Amino acid sequence: MSDTGSVSADVHITEHDDRRDLTLSGVLTVQTLARFHPKLEELSPKNTRIELSDIERLDTAGAWAIATLQKRMSKAGCHTEMRGADPSHADLLKTVSAALPDIPDRKVTPPTWTDRLDSIGRAVAGGGVFALELCGYLGLFLARLGRAFIHPREFRVTALVHHCQEVGLRAVPIVALMAFLIGVVLAFQGSAQLRQFGAEVFVVDLIAISILRELGILLTAIIVAGRTASAFTAAIGSMKMREEIDAMRTLGIDPAMALFVPRILALLLMLPILGLIANITGLLGGAIMSWVELDISPAMFRTRLIEGTDISHVIVGLVKAPVFALIIGVVGCHAGMKVGNNAESLGRMTSAAVVTAIFAVIVADALFSIFFAQMGV
Amino acid sequence: MDREAIISVRGLRNQFGSNVVHDNLDLDVWRGEVLGVVGGSGTGKSVLLRSIVGLLRPTAGHIKMFGIDALSADEETRIAIDSRNGVMFQDGALFSSLTVRENVEVPLRMIPDLTSELRRALADLKISMAGLPWIAGNNYPSELSGGMRKRAGLARALALDPEIVFLDEPTAGLDPIGASEFDTLIRGLSQQLGLTVFLVTHDLDTLHATCDRIAVLAEKRVLVTGTMSEMLDVDHPWVHEYFHGPRARAAIDAKDRTG
Repeated sequence: MSDTGSVSADVHITEHDDRRDLTLSGVLTVQTLARFHPKLEELSPKNTRIELSDIERLDTAGAWAIATLQKRMSKAGCHTEMRGADPSHADLLKTVSAALPDIPDRKVTPPTWTDRLDSIGRAVAGGGVFALELCGYLGLFLARLGRAFIHPREFRVTALVHHCQEVGLRAVPIVALMAFLIGVVLAFQGSAQLRQFGAEVFVVDLIAISILRELGILLTAIIVAGRTASAFTAAIGSMKMREEIDAMRTLGIDPAMALFVPRILALLLMLPILGLIANITGLLGGAIMSWVELDISPAMFRTRLIEGTDISHVIVGLVKAPVFALIIGVVGCHAGMKVGNNAESLGRMTSAAVVTAIFAVIVADALFSIFFAQMGV
Repeated sequence: MDREAIISVRGLRNQFGSNVVHDNLDLDVWRGEVLGVVGGSGTGKSVLLRSIVGLLRPTAGHIKMFGIDALSADEETRIAIDSRNGVMFQDGALFSSLTVRENVEVPLRMIPDLTSELRRALADLKISMAGLPWIAGNNYPSELSGGMRKRAGLARALALDPEIVFLDEPTAGLDPIGASEFDTLIRGLSQQLGLTVFLVTHDLDTLHATCDRIAVLAEKRVLVTGTMSEMLDVDHPWVHEYFHGPRARAAIDAKDRTG
């Protein structure tokens, strides 16, 4: 149809007192539709005789234009008569008229304030249901974990070790590097500020407290949330998509026991260790930068660290790790089970899992801060 | 019946590594016919379809479509050829982020100065012609059943009134009622719109119900072409087994009973 640019459709209208003669000629196809359709559309209802004998080519789009004209006229109580149609064109017209969908006029109503209220209400209720479901998954995990203690045979040690490797060991390089760089940044920024007051040596306290208490574990949890929550969702979700979970159920295997327990337990074991690694490399980075930038020797850094920093900071930091691990694991597994039967929902749930996990980790961290401040720890 | 070859394939060779799928394959498709391509698994039915529609460049051979050499054509000519083809993939291959109506509108967007109202109306017409209720146009592909997705895929393939439609396993995975409805639909559309249909299938009922001619792929080439009754007389072992097996018998009986 590359040659249709040169040919065109012609519409010739002759108005009589009681009727109208309409002659269509040329190429009436989808390519020329935009040119001839407006002329047909502006015709007022009137008895019409349509002459079709000069049509060179007609496709469904052209037939559609004629059929809709005919339909519009007959709705207004006017008569249309087709003349001289080529047999194949007549067939096409008949097919198209028969297939013409009866679409009611679209009514676009602007959303009223009740609609908006309704959607807000639904969003809130959806959020509530989501929180309840997460609690349900947490309970399911704890119940199955308890069952695993009573019936150790049902527990899959191999899977646990495999997930410990995936979640823990494989994450060590990225977590260590991240914490090291955070230590470097803190030392660098802290020294620039503290030097103004001649209080350079307090940079050790700054690094130690901020890394041990907050940043070490929080940033580790965020990295693990990005890495592991998405991996959990993708793995469980693709199994859900291919009906593997249903297959497990029919074979008498409990998906929660087989899939959730090893994954969440592996996180629970590994996240504190990763947090500890982050603490150590963070302090290392801080120490090196303090040495380079402020001439605080490693020995001095060590002395200052031991004297000035209470062990409670480490405990406050690491005590959060299991909670973060539970949040990440439960969110990841829950999102995986929410995947539907198409690839699109897998992608959507994977990114939703990461966002939810990171957000929930930060909310939990804020709650911990308030709690520890109230307790005076 | 004037026999104008709308597609003609000569000496086609397709090779993946050391695996030769087609060797010296010749095939003609006449204008206005419904050609059914059959063959055992792995005989390269889909590879043949993909070579003809230009998704796969064959190792050697010539493919002429509408009298134009499709393999040596420049990009513009190829696009012009493509616009005269419509392809329906096995599961519809609808764009999942668009509604069915928007899917059908995609090819219509290629046409300059077509207003959005016209596009919408034409898309609704195609959806209805493919046997779907127009309201299904508002749905996303994931909300439809397999049969409806195939119909939507057909609606999109027909959007620009192509001269040739390629159908890859149109009835696979449909229930018998849905499959025979689809057969009737294909037959009806090919007659009413003067379509040439290139149909890859495994379904003997579809062959009986819709095809004017059948091409059998075996031994890396088109072994034989002919009507259904001619197929029954071929004494190649695979062809004989295929058209005289228990399922073939049932399909023939069914055809005889319904006339």
